[in-house]
Amino acid sequence: MEKIYSQKKLGCKLVKVRPETVQFLVQYSQSLRIVEYKNLQFENNLN
Amino acid sequence: MELQIDDSVLVKDYINGEEKALEILIHRHNQRITSFIYSKVMDRDVAEDIFQDTFIKVIKTLKKGTYSEEGKFLPWVMRIAHNLIIDHFRKNKRMPMFQGTDDFNIFSVIGDEKLNAEKQLIKDQIDTDLNMLIEELPEDQKEVLLMRIYQDMSFKEISENTGVSINTALGRMRYALINLRKIIDKHNIILTN
Repeated sequence: MEKIYSQKKLGCKLVKVRPETVQFLVQYSQSLRIVEYKNLQFENNLN
Repeated sequence: MELQIDDSVLVKDYINGEEKALEILIHRHNQRITSFIYSKVMDRDVAEDIFQDTFIKVIKTLKKGTYSEEGKFLPWVMRIAHNLIIDHFRKNKRMPMFQGTDDFNIFSVIGDEKLNAEKQLIKDQIDTDLNMLIEELPEDQKEVLLMRIYQDMSFKEISENTGVSINTALGRMRYALINLRKIIDKHNIILTN
């Protein structure tokens, strides 16, 4: 029997990240503070 | 018709401290960015990770105020995602990970040659039994069988070592096997693996 070597067709799949990931990013953004001091930037993460 | 606030306005709002603007931006471009990443990495979890890292970069850049509104917001985010995808493949090249698909499973090609514990026990038992059976054989047959099977000698070498002709050695080997089978049958010994 002939063998089919061609790959499975990779259809364009529409996906979204989980709501938890979005939630994490929003919370990360809220907790992040950039403090500037004499031309230096410090990242503060206030949990 | 729902009024859609422009990306650039949302970015400005976010820079000015409006956290909600980020959430809108993420939700608005979630599908496009995730699908783009997924189409390249073909793994849901990796896509999630890259999406997360992409937005962490976006957040940091916007908060630090180093974002310049030269182009559009989405192409900029896509470029970050694209770079992170490249980083991901570079990292994987050093330590490749292979995941089987439905069509092909790597474990069908490579496998552990070793026997499992149970089979190893059975094999040891058979080997011991067989050694005891061989001891029952007449001396000349035993000698040929040991040389052929355990020392992996050719019949020519056996004939040279024992001083008999090749045909005699072959005959002794034949009788050794026949006699072994006879002993096994006689005592109802079961040797299986």
